Amino acid sequence: MKLTVSNIYKNYNNTTILNNLTYSFKSDSIYVIMGENGVGKSTFLRICALIENPDAGKIIYYKQDKALKNDIETRRRITLLLPKVGIFNTSVYKNAAYGLKVRGMGKNKIKETACEALDFVGLLHKKDQNALTLSSGETQRLGIARALAFKPEFIFLDEPTASVDYKNTKLIEGIIKKLKKTTGATIIMTTHEKEQAIRVGDKILIIEDTKIRSSIVTKDK
Amino acid sequence: MSNPFLKAVELIFSFDKQLFDIIFLSVKVSGFALIIASVFGIPIAVFTAFKKFPLKSLFINIMNTFMGAPPVAVGLIFYLLLSRSGMLGFLGILYTPYAMILAQTFLAFPIIASLCHSAIVGVDPLLKQASITLGASPFTTAATIINEARYGIMSALIAASGRLFAEVGAILIVGGNIAGLTRVMTTAIALETDKGDFELAVALGIILILISFTINFSLNIIQKKGKKELI
Repeated sequence: MKLTVSNIYKNYNNTTILNNLTYSFKSDSIYVIMGENGVGKSTFLRICALIENPDAGKIIYYKQDKALKNDIETRRRITLLLPKVGIFNTSVYKNAAYGLKVRGMGKNKIKETACEALDFVGLLHKKDQNALTLSSGETQRLGIARALAFKPEFIFLDEPTASVDYKNTKLIEGIIKKLKKTTGATIIMTTHEKEQAIRVGDKILIIEDTKIRSSIVTKDK
Repeated sequence: MSNPFLKAVELIFSFDKQLFDIIFLSVKVSGFALIIASVFGIPIAVFTAFKKFPLKSLFINIMNTFMGAPPVAVGLIFYLLLSRSGMLGFLGILYTPYAMILAQTFLAFPIIASLCHSAIVGVDPLLKQASITLGASPFTTAATIINEARYGIMSALIAASGRLFAEVGAILIVGGNIAGLTRVMTTAIALETDKGDFELAVALGIILILISFTINFSLNIIQKKGKKELI
């Protein structure tokens, strides 16, 4: 699946955040978006993830060059992980299974897939624990497990390591790279850390003055 | 003073018919009032939590104000409405359990609507976002948020039932405290104490305190569970 954002315009309280922003994301890559605070990285991610509408411009997802409708069906092929993960007051397993349940998957398949996702992030041994008792690093990993369980084709990660310690940051970076390798999903994430962007990203995009000013290829595929 | 207490205990354990008829009527009146108030109160709480409409904050303020409505005043209003010359006089239900259920429903409704509304809007907004980003439809998202507010909703129902069981003013006025027909625990205690017959009053008092204790105990358990069992 490919994503093209074209001529995106977004205004907040009479301040232009994104102005005529255009970019095409190819599949099977990790894009890292950088930029100063308040530059519109998160807004851009939310717009791409179809959570927020732009004031003008288009978000088009393509499957074999055929444009998809921006409806719930497309929304179910993509996911966004926010910097602070909203965890439901139930078990770790039920949290991981949520996205599968809303897609109407069968009970046995849900069990198998959710456990697989928890295993992927190293939380399978905590599946029966109340998710609200997890540490912030584990919570973030659960957020990733919950998102990857339904095998999205695009995964948007908004500062996925913003509130976790060094050990969990390394763990999450490893999970992100493994995620691309094993699922072939396109991952678009934001970060403040230049080193992290280089470590994780295939391509770094820098948002500056309401536009994507530069794009740096870090790894040749 | 030990005699009335012992006799009260004797009344309870002998399953005195008069005593248990009064208890049964209390449970029936307050139970039906709670169910009816919930049937209307919970959907209204959901609606006010999720939808924008004109004068919404005024509506919420009115609900909050009515949470503390004096039962005697509510009883008086319903008495005037249900009396023969009143607007609802044609129903002919004054001095019947139906009138008591109606008055108590009016008392419980704002408690349920207001506390459930607070419970739903109090759910972490991150959960709504999480639900949407995981591909849930607007209906599923709303259901998820209501589910997250479940402990608050249960607390609201328990708080309302506590008020109903302890309530005396409204049901005394619209029910008339008629023996075998509209006499419930609280009105019976008031009457028997006036008469100086303490056995039945004390027996009912014990039962009422037990019910109140059970309600508060359940509320405590639910609130603890709602605090995520972090300990």
